[in-house]
Amino acid sequence: MKNGTLTFSTKPSIHSAGVTAGPLENKKSIFAKQFDKVYEDERCDLPTNEDGHSQLMYDAVMIALSKAKKDVQKIDFFLTGDLVNQMTPSNFTAHSLEIPYIGLFSACATSVSSMITGALFTEAQQANWIVAGSSSQHNAIERQFRYPLEYGSQKGATAQWTVTAAGAVLIGKNKPGFPSITCATVGKVVDMGMTDPLNMGSAMAPAAMATLSSHLTGHGKTIDDYDTIITGDLGSNGFKIFKALANEAGLPHTKNFRDAGEEFYGKDPSFMAGASGSGCSAAVFFSDVYGKLCAGEYQRALLIATGALLSPLSYQQGDSIPCIAHAIEITAGEVAE
Amino acid sequence: MISIYITSFIVGGLICVIGQLLMDVGKLTPAHTLCTLVVTGSILDGIGWYEPLIDFAGAGATIPITSFGNALTHGALAEAEKHGLIGVVTGMFEVTSSGISAAIIFGLIGALLFTSKGNV
Amino acid sequence: MEQQKYAHLEKELSPKTPLLKNIVRAFLTGGLICLIGQFIALFYITYFDFTERTASNPTVATMIFISMLLTGFGLYKKISQFGGAGAAVPITGFGNAVVSSAIEHKSEGYVLGVGGNMFKLAGSVILFGVFSAFVVALIKTILVKFGVVSW
Repeated sequence: MKNGTLTFSTKPSIHSAGVTAGPLENKKSIFAKQFDKVYEDERCDLPTNEDGHSQLMYDAVMIALSKAKKDVQKIDFFLTGDLVNQMTPSNFTAHSLEIPYIGLFSACATSVSSMITGALFTEAQQANWIVAGSSSQHNAIERQFRYPLEYGSQKGATAQWTVTAAGAVLIGKNKPGFPSITCATVGKVVDMGMTDPLNMGSAMAPAAMATLSSHLTGHGKTIDDYDTIITGDLGSNGFKIFKALANEAGLPHTKNFRDAGEEFYGKDPSFMAGASGSGCSAAVFFSDVYGKLCAGEYQRALLIATGALLSPLSYQQGDSIPCIAHAIEITAGEVAE
Repeated sequence: MISIYITSFIVGGLICVIGQLLMDVGKLTPAHTLCTLVVTGSILDGIGWYEPLIDFAGAGATIPITSFGNALTHGALAEAEKHGLIGVVTGMFEVTSSGISAAIIFGLIGALLFTSKGNV
Repeated sequence: MEQQKYAHLEKELSPKTPLLKNIVRAFLTGGLICLIGQFIALFYITYFDFTERTASNPTVATMIFISMLLTGFGLYKKISQFGGAGAAVPITGFGNAVVSSAIEHKSEGYVLGVGGNMFKLAGSVILFGVFSAFVVALIKTILVKFGVVSW
């Protein structure tokens, strides 16, 4: 059984990355210095939250392209997604970019699912240049999934803060010296019966664990093969549970484990368990992790983006929270076979 | 005279503590908690216990949302006393109109004046 | 892993609700809001033609006005994060629910956005308040008719 595993023998490279973030992230995120562009205004000086959301992604793509000195017309496909209903911010971005586009919904795991899909397009020789990525905007997501922004509701220690950020990468044929995608694992939907939308970390942790085990078994790897195994947005609570699950599954050393959500706001307690949102994993993977891969600080990294596939309707109707995790392995400058 | 300030603080605080217990121990959402308290206030007035509480605690009993249930029931009962069963429906908002109309008016004014912010 | 076993593990590892801290904060916040209400009532009794009983109407309206300002300036959610039910249970919390929904949905226009969503959080309080008042008053009226209780 394949169990979701994929191997890329052409080793597509990530030629450049662009990350944009909102004003709060600029002030509070420990990764702020690594973001390419930050905004003074949470709506990027546009009238609505969703307009600002689109702008974040548009700018992230343009930054990634300008770093690789590529023209928009040269890009074959644009693969992205977000959390707003019907992903309208991504749709508007795709309209402005005029690149052939497929919207992908994997909730906060879209950063990796879009890279996997993009790498497959290159692997199949159907594209030279792909832009993949994902984004989220705090205001737009909170008002849709939870309460109006100004509504006072006491958030517990397990709640997470949706980030305002977008990340995009330019994927192309293997180029020596650039981080390249060697293999990946598409996750299964895991539902452990968790129902609290203010505790998504513990709903997503089993999905992350399931994908990690499939990846290790399917590709014959151990956790020591990686300089880092970084999850998307489990938050401090989910990350703690994820490590406990790993221990139980016979992976005692979790020293190289990281979680983008927990680290994002530097464990500031006003953000409760940390960051979440599809922009969270994208922003950290495509700034900090990508940077470390380019600099040779990491030789091999496993990115596991996690997503909670719920809607306000599903949990109000009493459904539990189905979760997904996708993994992608990136190495520093591996040459194609 | 001073004592009403002490009792309003304590009674108001205690009603809020009940709300906190419903949320933290009873695991109710804020909306379920508030609905429970409103219904409680309404029942307490039906058995005639809420008015003495207002005499004792003043704003400590009229500011919490329980007072909304109490006032609705009180208006309905006052009209029912005069007009019989029909009064139950017609008298309901006699006492509470100020809360609802203030919320509607200030809600619209608030929307005209402000925009939401995603600050911590 | 089975769901039950996971639920057990999850409960063990997840942080507990700091119940005592939350209760103390709810008490102080709620008490303070009611105390402010008491002072506002005093103001209406002293300077206007209100009695102790009728002063609660303008007091409630004033509290909702204050709540609108705090909500609009982004402060009410901070009070709520600290005080929990202490900020949600007083009438100011009701005001916050109405005003925050109205502000949030301004982008969809004043008719469909503000008008259509203003009561999306507070509406259930009105519904259950009105319906329980109806049931309670109905029962009491019938009981009085049969001479079981008196007004």
